[in-house]
Amino acid sequence: MARSNKPILWLPFAGGGLVAALIIPVLIMITGILMPLGILQLPYEKMAAFAHNPLGKLILFGTVALPAWHAAHRLRMTAHDLGLGGGAVVKALCYGSAGVLIAAAAGALLAI
Amino acid sequence: MSRRPYVRKVKRSWWLGQRRYVLYMVRELTSLFVGLYCAVLVVGLFRLVQGRAAWDGFLAALSSPAGVLFQLVCLAFAAYHSVTWFALTPKAMPLALRGEPVPARAIVGMHYAAWALVSLIVLVAAGT
Repeated sequence: MARSNKPILWLPFAGGGLVAALIIPVLIMITGILMPLGILQLPYEKMAAFAHNPLGKLILFGTVALPAWHAAHRLRMTAHDLGLGGGAVVKALCYGSAGVLIAAAAGALLAI
Repeated sequence: MSRRPYVRKVKRSWWLGQRRYVLYMVRELTSLFVGLYCAVLVVGLFRLVQGRAAWDGFLAALSSPAGVLFQLVCLAFAAYHSVTWFALTPKAMPLALRGEPVPARAIVGMHYAAWALVSLIVLVAAGT
């Protein structure tokens, strides 16, 4: 049977697309509209407590890591569509930057 | 044995001519803004680790005119991603229930319901 690494790339891509679709707009609404207008506050104690909680860590990690992977995979495909080539440079740039973001998120969450 | 497959030349501007191609490219490029906002979130996590002063500085940067403008652009693209993602889900993953295909409208509708529910939960959690 032909082996393919596509499912490994695809599953988090699809999951990331769904997570991004469900949660990113409301997060931007909070940090970009409601908080600047003073309708909502994001106090340090509350946010630190959420990031300290194991379930909070998991939610925050999923919220960053899955959409970041989704974006990387989709941008790689789009780079190909735009005639920027599908070579190693595009792959390294896309998956590399997502990898850096995911590792950084994990590091920060472990440090809190 | 060497292969020299024929690769048809495609202009980089191929997608600019037709409305549906432009919309396709906008849809795909939503991922750029999703990724950029993820980077903002990661910066926020680091500011949280660094302590109260760093966190307050992060919030101030988000509230600055440039921060708000950037996020409004991200919001437009993120919302477009949500709408297009829900629309393509029944095409990418058609469901069948007891042998009967689930209507696409039902699948899309469930996604909108989940979107509303998640948004409500996050808003309540952030607001209380």
